[in-house]
Amino acid sequence: MNDTANVIRTRGLTKTYVTGATEVRALRDVDFDVQQGEMVSIMGASGSGKSTLMNILGCLDRPTSGSYELDGTRVDGMDRNARADIRNQRIGFVFQGFNLLPRTSALEQVELPLLYDRTGRKGSSRDMAARALERVGLGDRMDHEPSELSGGQQQRVALARALVTEPAIVLADEPTGNLDTRTSIEVLAVFQELNAQGITILVITHEHEIARYAKRIVRFRDGRLMQDEPVLDRRNAVVDLAEWHDPDEDDTASAFAPIPASEGGAA
Amino acid sequence: MKASVLTRVAAQSILKNKMRSLLTMLGIIIGVGAVILLVAIGQGAQSRIQQQIENLGTNMLVISPGSSSQGGVSRGMGSFNRLKVDDVEKLQRESFLLAAVSPVIATGGQLVGGQGNWRSRINGVSVEYLAIRDWDVEFGRNFDAADVRSMKKVVLLGRTVAENLFPGQDPVGQQIRIRNVPFQIIGVLAEKGQTPEGSDMDDVTLAPYTTVQTRLAGHQYIPQILASTFSPGDIPAAQEEITAIMREAHGLASWEEDDFTVRNQSDLSEAAQGTTEVMTLLLAAIASISLLVGGIGIMNIMLVSVTERTREIGIRMSIGARGSDVMTQFLVESTVLSAAGGLLGLLLGLGGARIISSATGWTTTISPLTVVVALAFSGAIGIFFGFYPARQAAELDPIEALRYE
Repeated sequence: MNDTANVIRTRGLTKTYVTGATEVRALRDVDFDVQQGEMVSIMGASGSGKSTLMNILGCLDRPTSGSYELDGTRVDGMDRNARADIRNQRIGFVFQGFNLLPRTSALEQVELPLLYDRTGRKGSSRDMAARALERVGLGDRMDHEPSELSGGQQQRVALARALVTEPAIVLADEPTGNLDTRTSIEVLAVFQELNAQGITILVITHEHEIARYAKRIVRFRDGRLMQDEPVLDRRNAVVDLAEWHDPDEDDTASAFAPIPASEGGAA
Repeated sequence: MKASVLTRVAAQSILKNKMRSLLTMLGIIIGVGAVILLVAIGQGAQSRIQQQIENLGTNMLVISPGSSSQGGVSRGMGSFNRLKVDDVEKLQRESFLLAAVSPVIATGGQLVGGQGNWRSRINGVSVEYLAIRDWDVEFGRNFDAADVRSMKKVVLLGRTVAENLFPGQDPVGQQIRIRNVPFQIIGVLAEKGQTPEGSDMDDVTLAPYTTVQTRLAGHQYIPQILASTFSPGDIPAAQEEITAIMREAHGLASWEEDDFTVRNQSDLSEAAQGTTEVMTLLLAAIASISLLVGGIGIMNIMLVSVTERTREIGIRMSIGARGSDVMTQFLVESTVLSAAGGLLGLLLGLGGARIISSATGWTTTISPLTVVVALAFSGAIGIFFGFYPARQAAELDPIEALRYE
């Protein structure tokens, strides 16, 4: 494990919210590492601190204490503008609700991060956006607006937007939360393919079956990192798609086993 | 973000909400339109009033004999009378800027004829006098150059004189006697009214100055010369020209002071100018209020827009937009909105001015300055009233904004 660089490295990461007289300790003393090329699932019930972690890792929020190194750079003490630049260049977000701009073509959506780029990147932002869309298999949907795209296609546009700046890490927050099972697997297939190309991906989910498409699962409870283990029976989205049966047509075969209540029911 | 990208983003956002953008702009459209239109009417009125004042004689110059002093004692204005008919003729001959020149030899006397007698001022003048005073002959005719040359005994009666001597009759062609000299009445002047000091301008009788010199005054000196320029703007130059011609006519050496004075009526013109300027300003001020209201409308819509697009702002921030990027986006948007509104308002104002001109016959004047000021002002309003909403947008917390439903 020492031969690959840490993309994410946190030590003693703590976040405390103060609302009136009560203190909410959303994260407590979290040490968390992610290496280059990993695909990690973060699991936990709501209130477990996984969203807070996601916000801090995504430089949308700052920790109360503790250190956070992204791609070898300390980012926990950065100001608003510096964090905006980090988000622009090092982080790609994928959200549950897709978060695309309404009435804007796929190409323009994907181009958007490049317009906020301050590093003076060379080359046409339009071409780069087109390449990113081709990478997620939407080369033929560039002029479509979100309302003309299916949920899975919208999420792939969001993924292309996350990838276009070649970030150090892609943070996906419940990326399949708004999709049906089959489309979820389709999107996960894209994630796995990109991961195979070397892109580091963090997937936040409360569904155990979704988590199993990653290489590693970490579990949070009450703001603490409780469990960190590799996925031994990793699922392959491409294989699952090939074996897919619509439960309405044939309810005896399903790609998913029923989710055990102890693992996934709490969200 | 580059300026071209910014403008494109702003234009997209405006075009995506056509109806709302139009309603937002409406305030500015009406405001700028009102400013352009009212200022056009105001400036039109200004030039119209100026025109009327010119008709009263703002381009009139009065040349009077200067004072003389003997042994250090100044003897006052007119104490040394040195204006002569030669001066009048020289001015007529040599001046480029004067439209008309007339001597005025004022005397007085009892007029007898018609229904009785009347005492009136009698002015000996040239043919051009009526043109200088912008005065018309209502009945009959003005005397002509031949009458002046031959010292014909003809008179024009002022309205007051005519009404007193010939109540209810046509005096043209009748005879009157002035100091026992018989004159023929060839015309009656139009009514002129009172001077600002309250004296009756219609209580006057005009006769050729040659006739007055020989028959009534008995001297060759001229107490006053009236002249008019082609336009009021020529007044200062004409004053210098007259001075030069008169000094030459009087053979004055360069160390000698003028023995005459040239005065103009610019006070009246300036007062009128001032009044109409105040009126135009007043109209512009009233119209500006609607522009202000339009600006507040923009601020209102931009605030709504920021709230409505909180999620969009969150998305933009999550992919790396700085607060300043978001702020610039909204500022450009409000500026483009109000500038576009200003442009449409300009067209509205220009169209409105044309319609009003053709419908009412009023003069409307649109100066380039008005156009530039109105457009610049509408752009400034966009920046000013867009600033607060844009800052609200820039200061949003990205996490809160992303979570906003």
